[in-house]
Amino acid sequence: MGLRVLLVLGVLAVAVVAGLLWRSRNGRFVASRGGGDDRLTGADLGAPLGSAATFLQLSSEACAPCRSTAAVLGALAAARPGLAHVEVAAEERLDLVRRFDVLRTPTVLVLDGAGAVRGRLSGATTRQQAVAALDALDRCPAAA
Amino acid sequence: MPAQPRTPAQPAPAPAAPAGIDPRGPRVGAALTAVLLVVVLLLPGAAATAALAVVAALFAVGAARGAQGSVQGLLYRRLVRPRLAPPAELEDARPPRFAQLVGLVITGAGVLLALLGVPGAVPVAAALALVAAVLNAAFGLCLGCELYLLGVRVRHARA
Repeated sequence: MGLRVLLVLGVLAVAVVAGLLWRSRNGRFVASRGGGDDRLTGADLGAPLGSAATFLQLSSEACAPCRSTAAVLGALAAARPGLAHVEVAAEERLDLVRRFDVLRTPTVLVLDGAGAVRGRLSGATTRQQAVAALDALDRCPAAA
Repeated sequence: MPAQPRTPAQPAPAPAAPAGIDPRGPRVGAALTAVLLVVVLLLPGAAATAALAVVAALFAVGAARGAQGSVQGLLYRRLVRPRLAPPAELEDARPPRFAQLVGLVITGAGVLLALLGVPGAVPVAAALALVAAVLNAAFGLCLGCELYLLGVRVRHARA
């Protein structure tokens, strides 16, 4: 019986550790590596880019975190002039999915004022995390 | 019937999620399932197999009727939901329903393999299902739902 209790505790520990790891990665801003040649325009997206930054959100059907992230980013964009939030359906933009190796939804590509992709947030994103991403953008101006 | 006013077109239309179920239901259901799976892991031999068969049967009900139609879902609606505020939003019922099917496959395989004499089939199956149930209940990460969404994406990519 003692062995079985240990097994249960072990399984629960594995689950909790895995869950905490997963949760810590949600919405965290990951900066793009590479030369920053990945650039998008308003024409690419069918909507104007923000003059300061754009959150390009790739969403899909049946995705509750997509809805909550869209609400958060939409509210932030409404509150800050120069910041835009553009949401597209991943199924309709497989070109973007492939080009940027989008593995899950929601994935939010963070574009600077010139439309260069500077990083991304994947999974449900909070307002704090979105603001942190914008701060990271301000701290590391793109190379000329 | 009066004509409905057209909503203005959005520049980048977001996909609409179909109206669905209270998203807290499947998580509470997963917590109940987790408790049952802990019992399975603590029981010896044939009792454990029987208990796992009960869990598999519960998953079968959920797979057939959706997570909200499972026994756990019923308990949620009768006992828990009346004490809570209405949900802020609803979620699509299809991914949680698929997750019930995944649960049925894992626990069903455990029972079948145990009946065929494979040692350790019940603890392994119960442990896998327990990890998934804890991730869902405690963190809102529904692995079966993610599988469903992966399938949707693969299907769209091929179309």
